[in-house]
Amino acid sequence: MKFVAFHLMPYRPLDLEAAAKYRSAWVVLPNSFYDPEKGAEEYEQYIDFLASAEDLGFYAIGVNEHHSTAYGMMPAPNLIAAALTQRTKRAKIAVLGRALPIHDTPLVIAEEYAMLDNLSKGRLIAGFVRGIGAEYHHTGANPYFSHHRFHEAHDLIIQAWTKTGPFPFEGEHYNYRYVNCWPRPYQRPHPPVWIPSQGSTETVVWAAHPDRKYPFLVTFAAAELVQRYHNTYKEQARKYGYEASGDQLGWATPIYVADTDEQAMAEAGRAAETLFNNFLPMPWEMLLPPGYTSMESMKNHFRLRTSLGSRPRTQSAADLVKNGVALIGSVETVKRKIAEMKERTGFNLLVAMCQFGTMPTDLAQRNIQRFAAEVMPHFKE
Amino acid sequence: MPHETTPLQVRGVNIQMRRAGKGEKVLFLHGAGGVMVWLPFFEQLAQKYEVLVPDHPAFGGSDDPDRIRHVPDLAFFYLDLMEQLGLDRVHVIGNSLGGWLASEIAIRDDSRIASLTLLAPAGIRVKGVETGDNFIWGPEESIRNIYFDQAIAERLIAMPLDDAANDLILKNRFAAAKYGWKPRWFNPDLEKWLHRIQVPTHVVWGADDKLFPASYAARWAECIPGAKSTVIPQCGHLPHAEKPAVVLEQFDAFVAASAK
Repeated sequence: MKFVAFHLMPYRPLDLEAAAKYRSAWVVLPNSFYDPEKGAEEYEQYIDFLASAEDLGFYAIGVNEHHSTAYGMMPAPNLIAAALTQRTKRAKIAVLGRALPIHDTPLVIAEEYAMLDNLSKGRLIAGFVRGIGAEYHHTGANPYFSHHRFHEAHDLIIQAWTKTGPFPFEGEHYNYRYVNCWPRPYQRPHPPVWIPSQGSTETVVWAAHPDRKYPFLVTFAAAELVQRYHNTYKEQARKYGYEASGDQLGWATPIYVADTDEQAMAEAGRAAETLFNNFLPMPWEMLLPPGYTSMESMKNHFRLRTSLGSRPRTQSAADLVKNGVALIGSVETVKRKIAEMKERTGFNLLVAMCQFGTMPTDLAQRNIQRFAAEVMPHFKE
Repeated sequence: MPHETTPLQVRGVNIQMRRAGKGEKVLFLHGAGGVMVWLPFFEQLAQKYEVLVPDHPAFGGSDDPDRIRHVPDLAFFYLDLMEQLGLDRVHVIGNSLGGWLASEIAIRDDSRIASLTLLAPAGIRVKGVETGDNFIWGPEESIRNIYFDQAIAERLIAMPLDDAANDLILKNRFAAAKYGWKPRWFNPDLEKWLHRIQVPTHVVWGADDKLFPASYAARWAECIPGAKSTVIPQCGHLPHAEKPAVVLEQFDAFVAASAK
């Protein structure tokens, strides 16, 4: 199994009680809550934490893009990725991912990714996402055109990486007279593309297409849903006439291991609750702005979702663990749950979030070290 | 007075249009919430006029063609529609998005329009004046913010919704985003052409509009030559729904005055 050490970079010094008076920790939470001196310290500790994952044996180190939120301090994930290229030698650097539709200049994303691929001598994994709904409030990008813009920006970036420039790009949303990506990406034909998603059917159908076969990572979902989305992908691949490999199926989840289930809960339960009850929640108007998914998907979301968005801010750690949204427990418990999912879907990419919510650095370090030393070897290929 | 729903196809786009009454024609252009029910305002209007209430492309029972992407596209579509229906000397009333649309139509060609009544129109932006964000408001919050009279809001909130109504709300919400999300509820190229509107125009605003404040009325009246503006006290963003009698009286008087 391939393990990715992933981080959201939450702003831990957040005054949770005061912040809870706002609609969400996204978009509308005043940035006066952010103290630059404390924030700078957070960045330093987080980059150290991520860089340490290489020597612990992780396949990749992952970062991602979120805007205007205490939930994650990486509106520009490529900056962190660039720092990591200079702190590591072997691990892949996975940007999971850049949110294509919310930007008006996707060519810049092609260029920045190509730079990262060169800076890392071919270690970039290029994630493409549409951005969470709140990002359409933050940037003002129109969610109605989100899917169109995503596909078009994707096509532009792949062409920029693979066709000899200069050439024109003639789209509906993006138009360029001169596409001529300097530098070209280091990897041929281009860096591997991964698609993290909250599970929209349209995205599965698109990612599984034989022209792409992009690995599909399910983020923040109950175990039952992860299984369902993996199987949807596999069924879709069969419809396309091929069998999806485990390397096309990913699961991104908060993980914490300790000696016993009780100890793990005592150490990490509260941190998980802050992630799901303080940092993540937003009303559905923010999470699913109109057009962000198809009307049919939107109806499904409301029926299926149990772990994200417009829910009362009262999910207990016990429930999160019971539903398999977070893997918190003894080494044996965590191993067993990963093995069970492997058994059920054959997935082979585990994106492990070993720091989450307000979890302090010392616990996060102990956690990632134990996970690497005692869980990962069990799934060695 | 019963209204009928007539099938209508304009250049390949199926439009659901309700109509009722006899008399001079009134084209009502709805706002971002679409037309959920046949309002008492339409009922009263139809006592004296022939009232046409189409669902805009992407809203309600109408098609959502790819080629109609923004309000200027909608405006050209409506010029086609007006031509096809042979509308001539039609009184146009538009609320919110519909008011924006009415003015986009009129700057292009107002030759078929007898008068223009803009009820809290979207479409322009007055810098420095704070507006509401209906896309971030929750469903109940929206209703409370849209009406001044909270008794009306509470009644609407308490109304049970079946699946069909919920689906319609979702469809209208998608359509509202298509036309109004970016730039938020305005077209930066509209205001500079408003002088082209030469027909009698009446701008009507609820004094307690929390989406677009009533101070917007003055800017509209400045930009459209000879426009009259009226602010209705104790009224929110939907004057025709909240104060139908006042709006009707204002409309009648304006139509009579414009005919002179």
